[in-house]
Amino acid sequence: MTTDTASAVPTKAVLRRPGRLATRDSQERLFGLIFVSPWIIGFVVFSAVPMIASLVLSLTDFDPRQADEIHFIGLANYARMLDDPALIKATAVTLRFALIVVPLTLVFALGVAVLVNSTVLAGRNVFRTLFYLPMQIPVVASTIVWIGVLNVSNGWLDIGLQAVGLPAIDWLNSQFWVHPALALMGLWGIGNLMLIFLAGLQSVPTELYDAAKVDGAGPIATFRHITVPMISPVIFYNLIIVLIATFQYFTQAYVITNGRGDPGGETLFFNLNLFREAFQFYNMGYASALAWVLMVVVLGLTVVLFRTSGRWVYEGGSR
Amino acid sequence: MTAAAPTLGRPLVAGSAQRRRMRRFLAISGMTLLASVLVSIFLMPLLYMTATAFKSESQTSVPDAPLYPAAPETFTYEGREYDVYEVPTEDGIKSWALIEPHREEAVFIDPTNPEAGPITWVGRWRTLEQVWHFELNWTSFSRAWDILNFPRMFFNTIAISALSTLGAVLSAICVAYGFSRFRFPGRNGLFLLMLATIILPFQVTLIPTYAVYFNLGWVGTWLPLIIPHFFANAYNVFLLRQYFLTIPRELDEAAMIDGAGPFRILRSVIVPQAIPAIVAVTLFHFFWAWNEYFLPLVYLQGAPDLQPLSVGLGRFNSLYSGEPTVIQAAAIMAMLLPVVMFFLAQRAFLRGVVFGGVEK
Repeated sequence: MTTDTASAVPTKAVLRRPGRLATRDSQERLFGLIFVSPWIIGFVVFSAVPMIASLVLSLTDFDPRQADEIHFIGLANYARMLDDPALIKATAVTLRFALIVVPLTLVFALGVAVLVNSTVLAGRNVFRTLFYLPMQIPVVASTIVWIGVLNVSNGWLDIGLQAVGLPAIDWLNSQFWVHPALALMGLWGIGNLMLIFLAGLQSVPTELYDAAKVDGAGPIATFRHITVPMISPVIFYNLIIVLIATFQYFTQAYVITNGRGDPGGETLFFNLNLFREAFQFYNMGYASALAWVLMVVVLGLTVVLFRTSGRWVYEGGSR
Repeated sequence: MTAAAPTLGRPLVAGSAQRRRMRRFLAISGMTLLASVLVSIFLMPLLYMTATAFKSESQTSVPDAPLYPAAPETFTYEGREYDVYEVPTEDGIKSWALIEPHREEAVFIDPTNPEAGPITWVGRWRTLEQVWHFELNWTSFSRAWDILNFPRMFFNTIAISALSTLGAVLSAICVAYGFSRFRFPGRNGLFLLMLATIILPFQVTLIPTYAVYFNLGWVGTWLPLIIPHFFANAYNVFLLRQYFLTIPRELDEAAMIDGAGPFRILRSVIVPQAIPAIVAVTLFHFFWAWNEYFLPLVYLQGAPDLQPLSVGLGRFNSLYSGEPTVIQAAAIMAMLLPVVMFFLAQRAFLRGVVFGGVEK
């Protein structure tokens, strides 16, 4: 990423007197640190120290309303997780939702990217803009729109289903259908994934497609054996983004039930459960422990994906 | 392509070229049609939202009302208003006004010929379909405007977003300049550390920072939503740094020879050259802040007058879920500015995402 640094330094150094060089270099160092300092200060104050503090708080029964009565309780918060029904439910709900939403979102985003990348599509930029558009709608507003569309009594989705002879579904009040409904809602957020896929598709050398054509490969074979391997780094990147976003899922879940997690706890996602522990029940020690578990999960997922990526991600030219 | 082909071959080549053009035309039409259908379904909820917002409250409670905003067709007869129904008669279906409903029969008046007087029709009027005409109803917008205290929420949202964007952009320019133009010990390590913070879930720092803000008396104010942004965010720095690296160093060196110091170079060389990237970062951050829900909810739960639109709208939704027209009108008002801005600056948006290669 920053290979430009090392190359030029030694040759210039020989030509200059050591004294002047030292002042110039130390000046450059000083200015560099000055310019970067906002981030360094921010990192220490808003990331590093709070992280350590939350690790410490996770070992206590901290409640900000009675900050003086804080007790060190060791690993009790972590032990509590093992038989906290709300947490077990929240974890199960989040994992089950990930199983639906991650593949659906990635496949849809890739499909749309392929569509708006097609050379036989007129007005490609118009379609790109329109598929990106919902991304720009504030999530609370788009959730409200979808609550209306998914409404069982006069929502358009059920009117459409009934028009083709299917039964109406009470999407957001059914324990079975609420996850598919939220996943459908999530398709409105494909904008950035689509654009990143699109950039990946456009970087595939056209010679490969020409070669495949000469070999008589059809569009599906070409897609499977050329496009997918060539854009695998982008698929990998988007997979990480979507997975992390699923573990942070909050706004839609909060808005549809005003944070209650209905129906039957099926929208009590991990992050919503954490919010409730911290800011409704003020169990902030326990919530800190939950936050650390979330962080370990996210970091773990990222590391696992990076470790295994060598097996299925094609890195241009490196092999 | 076959200019030197023998005369005999020509019609054949022309024919296949035509066939190829025809096939290409069919492919283009087919693909464009497919994309149009798909995008229409994809954006259908927006149509639902608009149609619902313009409906009258009473229309939403009638089961067979049309999907578009409409009002029941009425006819004034002898100083009173009557609803119009579609009545099957011997001469086909007529639009008649119902003046006297009974169980097994009803009395109608023909609006096109009221002089003919009341007509008695035998049948159950409840099975008849009402006649509607297209009519936009704006009252939901004014109701949402008042209930939500929209001007106040709008001002809060703009103020919070603008102040946090100001901090985010200024600090990111500064830090990106430091990372792209100066050599100092540990630079690469710091840069990687900064990138690593992207995957750091914000929850892990949430509670201690909340406790500190609580003790500072900042909970219930805008400060926790603004101040941290003055300390550079990894996404913005990354995007700007990548752009700054493409600006030729000769420009800096020329300015340096003219006696410009690092601050001067940043202001008069780097920033003017990097306007597209700065615009992209500004737009992204502004609308990210506009959209933000979790933190405003945490810090402004108890201060409804200071809440941005996102939080106000969520609260409004839970209180007025029985009035879909007002809720959809509120959703339209909340998304109008971001959507209009998106259409005006779509190039900056679409390019910025790919350019940065990162998602907020």
